[in-house]
Amino acid sequence: MRAFTVLTSIAAPLPMANVDTDKIIPARFLKTIRRTGLGAHLFDTLRFDQSGAERPGFVLNQPQYRNAEILIAHENFGCGSSREHAPWALLDFGIRCVIAPDFADIFHANCFKNGVLPIALPRAVCDRLMEDARLGANARLTVDLQRQVVVRPNGEEVAFEIAPLPRKMLLEGLDEIGQTMQRGPAIDAYEARARQEHSWMPAIALG
Amino acid sequence: MPRTLFDKVWDAHVVERLDDGTCVLYIDRHLVHEVTSPQAFEGLRMAGRRVRRPDATIAVTDHNVPTSDRRAGIAEPESRLQVETLERNVAEFGVPYFPLLDARQGIVHIVGPEQGISLPGMTIVCGDSHTSTHGALGALAFGIGTSEVEHVLATQTLLQRPAKNMLVRVDGALAPGVTAKDIVLAIIGRIGTAGGTGHVIEYAGSAIRELDMAGRLTVCNMSIEAGARAGMIAPDEVTFDYVRGRPYAPAGEAFERAVGYWRTLATDEGAAYDRTVVMDAAEISPMVSWGTSPEAVAPIDGVVPDPATVADEAKRADMVRMLEYMALTPGQALSDIPIDVVFIGSCTNARIEDLRAAASVVRGRHVAPGVRAMVVPGSGVVKHAAEAEGLDRVLIDAGFEWREPGCSMCLGMNPDKLAAGQRCASTSNRNFEGRQGPGGRTHLLSPAMAAAAAVTGRLTDVRRLV
Ligand code: SF4
Repeated sequence: MRAFTVLTSIAAPLPMANVDTDKIIPARFLKTIRRTGLGAHLFDTLRFDQSGAERPGFVLNQPQYRNAEILIAHENFGCGSSREHAPWALLDFGIRCVIAPDFADIFHANCFKNGVLPIALPRAVCDRLMEDARLGANARLTVDLQRQVVVRPNGEEVAFEIAPLPRKMLLEGLDEIGQTMQRGPAIDAYEARARQEHSWMPAIALG
Repeated sequence: MPRTLFDKVWDAHVVERLDDGTCVLYIDRHLVHEVTSPQAFEGLRMAGRRVRRPDATIAVTDHNVPTSDRRAGIAEPESRLQVETLERNVAEFGVPYFPLLDARQGIVHIVGPEQGISLPGMTIVCGDSHTSTHGALGALAFGIGTSEVEHVLATQTLLQRPAKNMLVRVDGALAPGVTAKDIVLAIIGRIGTAGGTGHVIEYAGSAIRELDMAGRLTVCNMSIEAGARAGMIAPDEVTFDYVRGRPYAPAGEAFERAVGYWRTLATDEGAAYDRTVVMDAAEISPMVSWGTSPEAVAPIDGVVPDPATVADEAKRADMVRMLEYMALTPGQALSDIPIDVVFIGSCTNARIEDLRAAASVVRGRHVAPGVRAMVVPGSGVVKHAAEAEGLDRVLIDAGFEWREPGCSMCLGMNPDKLAAGQRCASTSNRNFEGRQGPGGRTHLLSPAMAAAAAVTGRLTDVRRLV
């Protein structure tokens, strides 16, 4: 996984609550067996009309936001399904950070596995950052994960919270599975104990 | 210290507690399907890793598969590739698999409980948010993303921080015609789609205790629609009777030992919840959704709400957008809304009890002219059981399509889709824009209500038909 340290970018304002995973990437695009290539369908129904033409009003179709690496939205971003295709699509499009008042749990967890940083900030702060984002192409935001701050175009810093472990994983771009596999002995010990204590639990063997 | 049901199942699965409170959590059952697993198996292959516990893993195809005759295989190339990829992966990694033509095939969340693979007291995960379903057995069951699928395949564990405890207590008795689906829609309408975020919901109270296992599975299924990570119901006699004799459940003496353990799981007297919501079952009516979020629900005898009455500007804009998409007018009676399609199916409502409920409404009646009505059993086992009872005849004679098991029109990934502008009375769980096909309009409701809509051609209060 690519590490996330400091990101300076244009931000795209998407003042919409409950942006669900079907909006981020509709189910018909989940038939892939790869992680890449989903950016073309990010926000498909918001971005394109039924003939496939771009909807000019949608923020990511506007020239100044096409290269945004930060997205700012309203409450409950990423609600709905567990599809990791949602952060894959964001990442493939180029978005590496989403700022919103809060996130759905599974989407939130999925972001961290892919080097996408979800930042939860109060609604009023999100609205202020959206105002910044509308100032035009020179108005960049800086997200500094090391210092846990978002730096506004006027230099003001907004602190954000993040749990220590996901922060470390992102900063160092660690492979979580490799880390857990180093705990093999503890997992072995648990399994041995569980075999005793939960001896009723059958294995799945197909007859 | 007194503990909740969730605390107990959680504590029993902690392998290691890390410094910041994150736990290495052991996973007892991993359910795998074709859509969210290809990239996970590919990751294992690239890193030269194996599946740690194939004997705790089960794979099935459901999302992509057509629900017409499948003996000739899958026509759509991308769907076929995803299914074939799963078949290759389960063979390569030694994972048990119910093939498409096996009677045990079906929607993963129907199959797990039905086969006794999902059991009380277990931790159960699947790369699918409706894994919350299995919590009805008193398991801790939650959906995960593909990276976590890979993590579980490789290590049989997940890194998780404990969720908060939320209690939803539904007291009293349901009125006739009101079902588990109406309970859960009413709960989501009350607490909202983010009402359970960060929490595991435990459902309790006499109305929940009175539900059969099918109803409990329906309630827990939609926990994710309230934003909750999982939903749970303490195992009791209803649970034990349901589990007893299932193909993969413990048998004989092992079953008795298991029941002894399962009885210890109920929440202790005096255990604290971070949040409690109490509802009166008697006040719940048959519910339908009118918007594109599962919290946008109302009793069937109500009307489409008016955005002008909403004070919050963002919420008002949201409602305007929803009504526009749904092509509804404020103040319109919900029972005046004509429908084009009826879908009875999905992991929420495709068990035998759901099909019985639908059949009892349509018996002796006929699907309204111009309406396409379909029934998609949740598994081959459900389908065969229904046929043995003659439910298929009742439904077919009434003009329903009787299809092969799968996710079908719950999501637009297989040939069963709404056309743009079509309006569907659906027993599924999500009414998001385009969920059942681009431009399709979804009204969520119970199987009995869906059957009522099928015979009248409009959203209908089923209590007027029985
Ligand atoms: S039936 Fe619907 S909600 Fe359930 S697993 Fe299939 S697609 Fe998901």
